[in-house]
Amino acid sequence: MRGNFKSTSTLVARTKGLMGGALALALGATAAFAAGEAAHIDRQSWSFAGVNGRFDRAQLQRGFQVYKEVCATCHGLKRINFRNLAEPGGPEFSAEGVKGLAESYRVEDGPNDQGKMFQRAGRPSDPIPSPYKNEQEARAVQNGAYPPDLSLITKARSAGENASVFATIGSMLRDIPSGYQEGGADYVYALLTGYANPPADMKLAQGMNYNQAFPGHQIAMVPPLQPGQIKYEDGSQGTVEQYAKDVTAFLAWAGDPKLEERKRMGVLVILYLLITAVLVYFAKRRLWAKVH
Amino acid sequence: MTQHESTYRPTTRAGQWLDERLPAARLMHSSFVDYPTPRNLNYLWTFGGILSFCLGVQIVTGIVLAMHYVPSDKMAFDSIEHIRRNVNFGWLIRNVHAVGASMFFIAVYIHIARGLYYGSYKAPREVLWILGVIIYLLMMAAGFMGYTLPWGQMSFWGVTVITNLFSAIPFVGQSIVKWLWGGYAVSGVTLNRFFSLHYLLPFVIAGVVVLHIWALHVVGQNNPTGIEIKTRADTVPMTPYATMKDFVGLSVFILFFSWFVFFAPDYLGHADNYIEANPLSTPPHIVPEWYYLPFYAILRAIPSKLGGVVAMFSAILILAFVPWLDTSRVKSTKYRPVYRYFFWFFIFSVLALGYLGGKPPEGAYVYWARFFTAYYFLHFLVVMPIVGVLETPRPMPRSISEAVLGGAGGTPHGATAAPERR
Repeated sequence: MRGNFKSTSTLVARTKGLMGGALALALGATAAFAAGEAAHIDRQSWSFAGVNGRFDRAQLQRGFQVYKEVCATCHGLKRINFRNLAEPGGPEFSAEGVKGLAESYRVEDGPNDQGKMFQRAGRPSDPIPSPYKNEQEARAVQNGAYPPDLSLITKARSAGENASVFATIGSMLRDIPSGYQEGGADYVYALLTGYANPPADMKLAQGMNYNQAFPGHQIAMVPPLQPGQIKYEDGSQGTVEQYAKDVTAFLAWAGDPKLEERKRMGVLVILYLLITAVLVYFAKRRLWAKVH
Repeated sequence: MTQHESTYRPTTRAGQWLDERLPAARLMHSSFVDYPTPRNLNYLWTFGGILSFCLGVQIVTGIVLAMHYVPSDKMAFDSIEHIRRNVNFGWLIRNVHAVGASMFFIAVYIHIARGLYYGSYKAPREVLWILGVIIYLLMMAAGFMGYTLPWGQMSFWGVTVITNLFSAIPFVGQSIVKWLWGGYAVSGVTLNRFFSLHYLLPFVIAGVVVLHIWALHVVGQNNPTGIEIKTRADTVPMTPYATMKDFVGLSVFILFFSWFVFFAPDYLGHADNYIEANPLSTPPHIVPEWYYLPFYAILRAIPSKLGGVVAMFSAILILAFVPWLDTSRVKSTKYRPVYRYFFWFFIFSVLALGYLGGKPPEGAYVYWARFFTAYYFLHFLVVMPIVGVLETPRPMPRSISEAVLGGAGGTPHGATAAPERR
């Protein structure tokens, strides 16, 4: 506790002066680029973007396959229950399929009436089990790195624009009317497809990989996707771009499972309010005509 | 409460019976129905009603959220996700509350700017204005504590940075900070007390709002000309006229509000707050919510911790002294040919500080933040007193009805347009 207190008060001292630089030093590699040079993240076209955005079921199903066969080795998805996979607005797998999928997992439950924890087959109401029991176990296995849970990954990341004042005004005028909320998905896609050879003058730390999208460009995760690695049943291409796109869409759903309900209701609400506002306006004009 | 004659006539026996014992309906009627409002109010005057709406929305959605939210450091983040994913329409209620906070501040900034432009703080409305400043301070406290509750990374580190500001107070600073935290660091204890206070403050705000409206109805509303009401011809009854106009303003505002709720609910927030609070990992770039950014920029512009804190709080408190800093003879900036340029430059400065508050404090950003901070204070301490004395106001209409109807000939109610001319 005391240690925390110390570090937080130095934090504030630094906030006052040159916060970015001081914190970056304190944090090491992750924050090496702190405030300055955010990597440019390209915008992708997503079926779930915009006012009428909807998820592409087939894409979500393929994305789940990528998650299950690749990402799940290291990353959890603890906020998604098996049942969510069958619910409307998501991948919409069949209820039986989801039940079977859940049963293929062993889940710890208990304590039973002897006071012992026990293993049983998964049920649709269970959360998807994470690969590690806790962060410590994950770090022990992963050479000190912690693969984060992916339930909110597209919400918890952004395209991180550090734009000039004019570009900021421009992007506000563009992004608010279009309802652009896909910065996190753009970033995840850019990260998954952003592995490359490091520039000649850059020396990577032990066990690190070069990634164009990752802040600081040094990431512990090895390139997760290889061409042809996963066999899609619907005949979609087995390219890294395709895998990345599909799994990102799936994770965007996992982070915002009510997206379709929200947008469907939103269109009705906006239409209703538009009509109301117009009617109220004309009623007001008529009323005031008598006194002007 | 109001200084006009009530036209309330209870039509039922029960209504008459109650009116003789507790004239609550009469109070409501004379406050919101036959209350005389200036006939020339523009749409900027609809923000009072809009702000009452915002407070109501925050209280109602907040009460429902509190039924599902768990104020503990272990459970807070998970309970918000539970609300987003599993509670019926939880995503909607939570979006309305989170976006609602931003909308509340958008409305209050427009309301304050309107008051500054039209001189609504000048005699006899000083107390009304000061009550408004108190409401704004309470809103900032409520908003800040509310942002703590999701217990994401920005919640945690925002609280850490802001509560640490109090440690700049000489001698007692460290003790105050420990007292606020309830320990030696921001923890679940802090979260618990902030939740309690976050639930309390809106009702305190509601109480001060009642005083604000009371004071308003004693002195009457200001209006775009800044000329006081002289005769009945200058006014229309609040209902239906002003209320109908309020509904138009409110409808458009709700439309804007809904756009964010349904199509850009996270636009006004920060992605890092979808990462659970972690005391061991500091985000590379800690920023408060957008509505505090101008003051955050002022805080960081001063190269001393105590100085920054004093400047930040002064920037808000100075508003309370505006009634006495402004020496102008006329209220409305409409008739002030010189001051208007300073006014718009002041608005520009606040927006610029807002932009700079979101940037890292380095390089040119720091110099610009200092420049605009300097102007922020110069505007109140130098421009307002001096320009008010030196400036010659433009010719003004003699009354509100003359301003609206153009000359005495057009008065529909006859007689009373400009009595001082006879």
